[in-house]
Amino acid sequence: MLRGQGDTGGSCAFQNGLAVGPTGGDVSEQALEEQFRELLEHYKGERGALVPLLQGAQAIFGWLPEDVMGRVAEAAGEPLSKALGVATFYSQFRLKPHAKNTIRCCHGTACHVSGAPLITQEIERYLGVHPGENTEDMLFTLEEVHCVGACGMAPVVMINDRAHGKLTPEKGRAVVKEFREAELAAAADGNGDGHVCACAAAEGAAE
Amino acid sequence: MSAAQRTLVKPAPSKPRLTEPEVDIRICLGTGGVAAGSREVLKAFEEKLADTGVLAVIRPREDDCANGRCASVTGTGCQGLCAMDPLVEIHMGSNGSRSKVTYGQVTPAMVDDIIQKHILGGEPIEKWIVRTDAGPTEYDPFFATQEKLVLRHVGIIDPEEIEDYLEADGYQALYKVLTSMTPEQVREEVLASGLRGRGGAGFPTGLKWKFAAANNPEDGQKYFICNGDEGDPGAFMDCSVLEGDPHAVFEGMAIGAYAIGASIGYVYVRAEYPLAIRRLKIAMKAAEEKGLIGDNIMGSDFSFHLKLKEGAGAFVCGEETALMQSIEGDRGMPRLRPPFPAESGLWHRPTNINNVETLAVVPWIILNGAGAFASRGYEKSKGTKVFALAGKVNRTGLAEVPMGMPLRDVIYTIGGGIKKNKKFKAVQMGGPSGGCLPDSLLDLPVDYETINQTGAIVGSGGMIVIDEDNCIVDTARYFLSFTQQESCGKCPPCRIGTMRMLEILTKICEGKGTLGDIEFLKEIASQVKIGSLCALGGTAPNPVLTALQYFEEEFVEHVVEHKCRAGACAALTTYSIDPQTCTGCRACIRACPVEAISGERKEVHVIDQSLCIKCGACFEKCRFDAVRRS
Repeated sequence: MLRGQGDTGGSCAFQNGLAVGPTGGDVSEQALEEQFRELLEHYKGERGALVPLLQGAQAIFGWLPEDVMGRVAEAAGEPLSKALGVATFYSQFRLKPHAKNTIRCCHGTACHVSGAPLITQEIERYLGVHPGENTEDMLFTLEEVHCVGACGMAPVVMINDRAHGKLTPEKGRAVVKEFREAELAAAADGNGDGHVCACAAAEGAAE
Repeated sequence: MSAAQRTLVKPAPSKPRLTEPEVDIRICLGTGGVAAGSREVLKAFEEKLADTGVLAVIRPREDDCANGRCASVTGTGCQGLCAMDPLVEIHMGSNGSRSKVTYGQVTPAMVDDIIQKHILGGEPIEKWIVRTDAGPTEYDPFFATQEKLVLRHVGIIDPEEIEDYLEADGYQALYKVLTSMTPEQVREEVLASGLRGRGGAGFPTGLKWKFAAANNPEDGQKYFICNGDEGDPGAFMDCSVLEGDPHAVFEGMAIGAYAIGASIGYVYVRAEYPLAIRRLKIAMKAAEEKGLIGDNIMGSDFSFHLKLKEGAGAFVCGEETALMQSIEGDRGMPRLRPPFPAESGLWHRPTNINNVETLAVVPWIILNGAGAFASRGYEKSKGTKVFALAGKVNRTGLAEVPMGMPLRDVIYTIGGGIKKNKKFKAVQMGGPSGGCLPDSLLDLPVDYETINQTGAIVGSGGMIVIDEDNCIVDTARYFLSFTQQESCGKCPPCRIGTMRMLEILTKICEGKGTLGDIEFLKEIASQVKIGSLCALGGTAPNPVLTALQYFEEEFVEHVVEHKCRAGACAALTTYSIDPQTCTGCRACIRACPVEAISGERKEVHVIDQSLCIKCGACFEKCRFDAVRRS
């Protein structure tokens, strides 16, 4: 039964396979360190572990700081240069911190021919950032991606793990605006952060 | 292998359905369905059915329907007609006579009505019906010409419930293979079926297995890989199969591994498919627990272990040698072939790689026979193929049709023609490796050889329809910008050639191109095609070459007349308001995102060209055709 799917709501974004990052200040550094050590232990001695190690590390920290990358390289028995080479080769890896939420504007073929560029431009105007950048308040990272596989719903924009389909520039702005206002309201109420991504380590380590 | 002499345990459901609920609701939880809000609809059905107090919501494998009336709500994979997502199928009645009604674009707000009027009242709600066994609907042509072999379970069973798969003859093909066929017989059967690789290249699967079987390293280690790195933008066939029927892929892999003598398998899935990854993990665990994957499968001598590898976002990893590099933890860069993977692949061992769709149909071929598969299809392209129909077509979705069906039937009969009655311009097949085919070629059959002759390819099955509002130069530029970004950079023809082609196409889209540029484009394209190391570079020029072959006049128009007939190239497009027609309704003013339009109510509005970003919002919005595009 697919009932379990319901729990993928919320901002626990590693369920995307694309970690959005630690979302609040509640996760102690110690807890992250603990998860990281478990990850390194899990892949100890395994061949071809560099990519899953980097994926797991990113799921824990939200991005790949230099010292983390160094320890991953060491665990994989590879020089740091190779870890960096691999991390820069794949588009999934982030070498700078990520904002709390990720907006991914799909630029697959179906989305492109249905007007995706105009939607992205509209969201860029609304947030005041270009793809690849974080908003100043670190609420949003805007990304342009190649195909999220929901072509029947084109054009599509994903906010964290939730897809919004059949958009126009107007609707695109509206869904982002609605989400942003809900985030700001939640933050004002004092419960907008701390959605701990407890799933991250488990998912990241799954093999 | 002495499996045949042993008594093997025949796979069977261990938790059969205790009851057939009076109301059986199946909701599409594929990526498209979820994007359209199907999870909320599923929840609404569960809650509101329970609220009625008339029907108990049960799980048919767990609960008996002791108190008379009960209902079950099940999530399935993609049901196909994505345009109408979320789709909800309602099966009702006692065992003897059951009715089936499918509703489309269901929202939680509609659930109460469906329960009260249809489920409790017995009167289906006509206006929301997509399909019913009570009579024809406008959507019937979408389903009528399809034949589902690959998608036989997708959209029907619950992909997270192995019992569902087992009940639908799951793992029976593997049982048949292990009890009554030698590896050679399996290879011959698949070869005789005429099955060709569905990833795009169309190489005969049985032949591939023969090559891998012929190479036996000293340590006996071989690998079997499922390529689920469906990277073509605009393609979601493999995504739907992985999400909707993961066990069929595992079963196909196990059969293939038996046929070539591999004991370890990898399922490589792109990271952008989180739902597929989640369901594969669940399915893998269930199959291992039941002894259908792992050591001594079903009690035989055959052992096959599976691992899941998540891609990390690189289109080139769909290329087999790059994919193996990626599994080894490296940058996914292709290498020269030979040696082919069948000889030296993953960790220098003989390796076989097949695409998701190819593997999912293997169990069907084993159970139904090579002849049944080969009897479908066209000349050298046997069986059926799944296509992902998207873009400017009315009925977007996933369609499986016998190979050889004319393109026109796919687009107009299944796809229901072009959105908003616009004029068809082209169908893009094969993604960044394929091309755009014009109306004059729509009567061609979908067949590997025929489509190859046009300059496009059947590819993995993405079919994107574009209309008169899409610019062919912009479309070619789009694909080049994709391949240029995704080029791994190893070989110069691809790394530099795609960049140069992109620059020229951008120049033409900006109205700065020359006729010489068009010639230069053709020259670079032909060199990149022959000079590149792998198929990414080798096929990257295809979108440009086909665009030039069939639509050269549009390129010339951009260059000579500085005109984009589709109005898609911003630099060549001007929007203005016709003072005679403008009613002064202010609709365009409200629609303009950059406040470039001014004018009082009931007075003629004016666009400030220095502020206009050419987004076309005013053009779309004006009900009086007062906004003109030139």
